[in-house]
Amino acid sequence: MQIEEKFEPTIVAFCCNWCSYAGADLSGTNRLQYPANVKIIRVPCSCRVNPMFILRAFQRGADGVIICGCHPGDCHYTTGNYYARRRMTLLFSMLDFLGIERERTRLEWVSAAEGAKFAATMNDFVATVTKLGKNRRLEDLRCNK
Amino acid sequence: MQQVIREKAISLITSGKAARVIGWREGEFFYDQTPEVFTCPEDIEKNFVYNGFSGANLSKYLIKESEKEGVVAVFLKPCDTYSFSQLLKEHRIKRENVWAVGIPCEGKLDIDAIRKMGVKGITSLEENGDEITVKTIYGDKKIARAEALAERCRNCKSRKHVVYDELLGEEGEVLESARFDMVEKLEQMTAEERFAFWQGELSRCIRCNACRNVCPACTCEKCVFDNAASGIENKAPASSFEEQNFHIIRAFHVAGRCTDCGECSRVCPQSIPLHLLNRKFIKDINEFYGEYQAGADPEEKYPLMNFTQGDMEPADAFKKGE
Repeated sequence: MQIEEKFEPTIVAFCCNWCSYAGADLSGTNRLQYPANVKIIRVPCSCRVNPMFILRAFQRGADGVIICGCHPGDCHYTTGNYYARRRMTLLFSMLDFLGIERERTRLEWVSAAEGAKFAATMNDFVATVTKLGKNRRLEDLRCNK
Repeated sequence: MQQVIREKAISLITSGKAARVIGWREGEFFYDQTPEVFTCPEDIEKNFVYNGFSGANLSKYLIKESEKEGVVAVFLKPCDTYSFSQLLKEHRIKRENVWAVGIPCEGKLDIDAIRKMGVKGITSLEENGDEITVKTIYGDKKIARAEALAERCRNCKSRKHVVYDELLGEEGEVLESARFDMVEKLEQMTAEERFAFWQGELSRCIRCNACRNVCPACTCEKCVFDNAASGIENKAPASSFEEQNFHIIRAFHVAGRCTDCGECSRVCPQSIPLHLLNRKFIKDINEFYGEYQAGADPEEKYPLMNFTQGDMEPADAFKKGE
């Protein structure tokens, strides 16, 4: 009998404590389904995400990284997500410039009330990354022990 | 010009206006110059040089030197004054301790560019305006200066000094340059081609940290890459950390503050075109958030410390390129 190996991507989601993390919670209490591939890391603000976090996640075996923050204008700290947006725009554009598949990175605005959007976003992102396959370009072989 | 600058340096020290002068000293080879803090007029008379190979941007040395007692005089080429201005904006230099002398620049030469033309056995070099005479053990060779220029000087962005206390020679103009041509060329490629290009370039990195240490925008006292607990403070054999992380973060940490002086590429012992990463950020910032030249305006907020409500989303930035 042949066992078909299905590729299961590892997705790291950086979620803002004040909105997307609660949004993920809401999608759970609403019993909405999203794949278990998504590993959520709670951050105080989308602005807390250092570009180094994203690159290290990729090096250590993530196949996709998504950052979820409050909608522009709704930041708990007033302006954090605006700065995050500029930084991530530049970083993602740079990764694209270096030849990394642009679908592997994403920035989404998910509020605490948008449990359905959270689940839909994650379903869509996992499907996209699954189609792309394993992240080889930013993977550090030393981490694969 | 060298004589004028030397005399200026000596008069600054003998008149007591400055205690120290930062300039260039000739190294082991004529094309290999070292930045140096001069204190003695006789030393300046003998060892101070300024010619086509005085490429080093001296503004970064002011961070340490301006902390010391007394005034330090410094000679700045037009592009160095942008770095100087940016450092002043970031409060990294004690302005009252610095006497900045603007000096003209005709573009700096690149010994590798001359060698690539097939000139061998180079012993010395003479500059006469638009022409240079390379003396070799096989005889003299005349080359047009434009052909021997370093890449950053071929695409010179400005001959205007933005900050100085006094100026030697004439003030230049901000120039129209084709400095984003190579970035655009890379953007036109497919992701696979770009990846192959950057792997080829960045995998040569030996992690000597020269690009970081020379960069006038990289001035943190504690660098993220020096963290001994991170396991990434040194080059590890058979690691791809440099391609995947180091150079991206190095460029990102100076994004919006990089004045495009091109020092990173000049000092790279492996000739990696690191300035292309910085230029990509500059180009993106110009396209996404409006034209911005770091160091040009001391009042303007820099792009990553600023925002507007209608900034574009990362996904829209990709669409723009298509």
